[in-house]
Amino acid sequence: MFSEFFQFTFSGITLGAIYALVALGFTLIYNASHVINFAQGEFLMIGGMGTVVLVGADLPLPAAMVGALVLATVAGILLHRLAIAPARDADVVTLIIITIGASIFLRGLAQFFWGKEYHALPRFSATESLSIGGATLLTQSLWILGIAVVLVVALALFFGRSRLGKAILATSMNKDAARLAGIKTQVILGVAFGISALLGAAAGLIVTPITFTAYDVGIMLGLKGFVAAAIGGLGSSTGAVVGGLLLGLSEAYTAGYISSDYKDAVPFVIILAILFFLPNGLFGSRAAERV
Amino acid sequence: MGRPAPPEPGQAHKNKAPPGHTQIGVIMKTKLKTLAVGAVAALGLTSLSPVVKAEDPIRIGSFLSVTGPAAFLGDPELKTLELYVDQLNENGGLLGREVQLVHYDDSGDASKARTFVTRLLRQDKVDLIIGGSTTGATMAAVPVIEQARVPFISLAGAETISTPVKKWVFKMPQSDRQAARRVLTDMKERGLTHIGLISGTGGFGASGRNVTLEEAKAMGIEVVADETYNPKDTDVTAQLTRIRNTEGVQAVLNFDFGQGPAIVTKNYKQLGIELPFYQSHGVASDSFLKLAGDAANGLRLPATALLVADTIPDNDPQHGVVTGYKQAYEDRYNSSVSTFGGYAYDGFQLAVQAIKQAGSTDPAKVRDALENIQGYAGVTGTYHLSPEDHMGLSYDSFRILEVKDGHWALVE
Repeated sequence: MFSEFFQFTFSGITLGAIYALVALGFTLIYNASHVINFAQGEFLMIGGMGTVVLVGADLPLPAAMVGALVLATVAGILLHRLAIAPARDADVVTLIIITIGASIFLRGLAQFFWGKEYHALPRFSATESLSIGGATLLTQSLWILGIAVVLVVALALFFGRSRLGKAILATSMNKDAARLAGIKTQVILGVAFGISALLGAAAGLIVTPITFTAYDVGIMLGLKGFVAAAIGGLGSSTGAVVGGLLLGLSEAYTAGYISSDYKDAVPFVIILAILFFLPNGLFGSRAAERV
Repeated sequence: MGRPAPPEPGQAHKNKAPPGHTQIGVIMKTKLKTLAVGAVAALGLTSLSPVVKAEDPIRIGSFLSVTGPAAFLGDPELKTLELYVDQLNENGGLLGREVQLVHYDDSGDASKARTFVTRLLRQDKVDLIIGGSTTGATMAAVPVIEQARVPFISLAGAETISTPVKKWVFKMPQSDRQAARRVLTDMKERGLTHIGLISGTGGFGASGRNVTLEEAKAMGIEVVADETYNPKDTDVTAQLTRIRNTEGVQAVLNFDFGQGPAIVTKNYKQLGIELPFYQSHGVASDSFLKLAGDAANGLRLPATALLVADTIPDNDPQHGVVTGYKQAYEDRYNSSVSTFGGYAYDGFQLAVQAIKQAGSTDPAKVRDALENIQGYAGVTGTYHLSPEDHMGLSYDSFRILEVKDGHWALVE
């Protein structure tokens, strides 16, 4: 009985940790520009697929990981320079649509150059899983959770303490005022895209031992990550982690206790309920917008 | 997007037109009455060029999902068709005519498939169609093809394609019903009569679940646990825990394709479930073994003989064709063969055999010949086609394989 409950909980944590890590990637660009970057899932894919491809080119695993992270960061900066910056005067909705186009483009490139097959990466720890109370917990889930927590703290420090982080926040609050205060807003945005791509690629890399990776893996992960971010309140990193875990746990409990047929429906009901009563999400800022 | 169609035969002739036209012109001036003879001579002249033969080429049309989500089906299928069309042409073609492959990529989109099939029939005027990597693409094409009355060999698996029999439609792969029956037969032989079922909610998994439930009922096997998951799910331990905790469950079957079953297999191992584990024919490929790794050891699944081409006994009726196809494919493409490419191989060989028997490309004659092919030993199995059965394979064309140390092994 209890072992069953533990198992569902661990399943939920595994799923939730993945969603949380993906959700974190959305917060940074959202904070900088109020743009929801729908190409975030593709950064995940570049992290995972890039590593697989570089390992295939006989690079040792750590070097391949670093290579994939660099590749994704460059892709993020290029995405800003080539697609977002030229449309700097467009409104947010146009920019969001541009990111959707960019995601399709990146997916196409990956499909063409890296192929269409699914690939696996080895897990980080030697032991595969721990047995707790008759239930199995994957060590990789602990890695994912741990790294998610580290990232939350790092992002909080970055936005709260560093000049760059504050500049990003200032840019998001009022672009013109930030520019008047001497902030090069386009450079700041480029940096935000680069860091966000780095975060996404790191997430993609860490989840690959559990989820596998392929050119189109970013669609599902990106969508679930976005949902998690929306539950938590876009722009809040704590909210992203809580939203991810909530989503993962509700999926696992539904599959375990109700029926696997309703597994995908129940989380969406929860999302609707949360967004109905708390339109800004659980941790979203409730400050009224100045007109 | 579809690759551009090869030039029309008419165009090919036009390219060679200048010498031919002058010839006709000269003849017209001198002997008008022998114009017909002159025209033949002119045609003969153009045919001196090695590419263009005296007669129009035999045109085989094809629409496959070479890109998109079903690319793992369409890619080896197209490669196989190209390989054997080339080989046939090197050996003098078919009925003394060149064979031309006209191909479009439907990228797994049923409405595109329908458009391309219309184009194959109206514009390219193909003599026969081999294609339809997915059931969706196939079924979208069927009404157009039935209306145009051209023989069609489908490479997709669902039962609806060949049941009820459609006059012009044939199908190469076994249905999922045969796979289910093969697995359940093996379970019964091992004395496993209470099973757990876990299937994906995608088309393949859902259909597999239905036929498994039906066949199990017919064979006296009880499905005591019945769980599903979304094909894109990354963790199914909750569902597997439910199955494990169901009383009396003796074995577990996972019916799905793609990466889902690899995740199920890994989770199965992680949870330490000791019950005999079965997969469907949907993952009978080396890439599944690569994804699932160690976790796959000990599981069983139904598959065609192609997967164990290296170890298949010499006296097996499929031995020659299986090893031959594997070698030819791997020599040319430097990647390993898959069951799906095998369907294209069988489809093409059956088409060639039917056209040979018909002695022409007359659609009705080719169709009749196809329908009466008996005992063709192909890569997928030995086909016995008939007016009542346009698929022609029985459930025991599936072999039960077991994964041993990361390799497929034939279970005797």
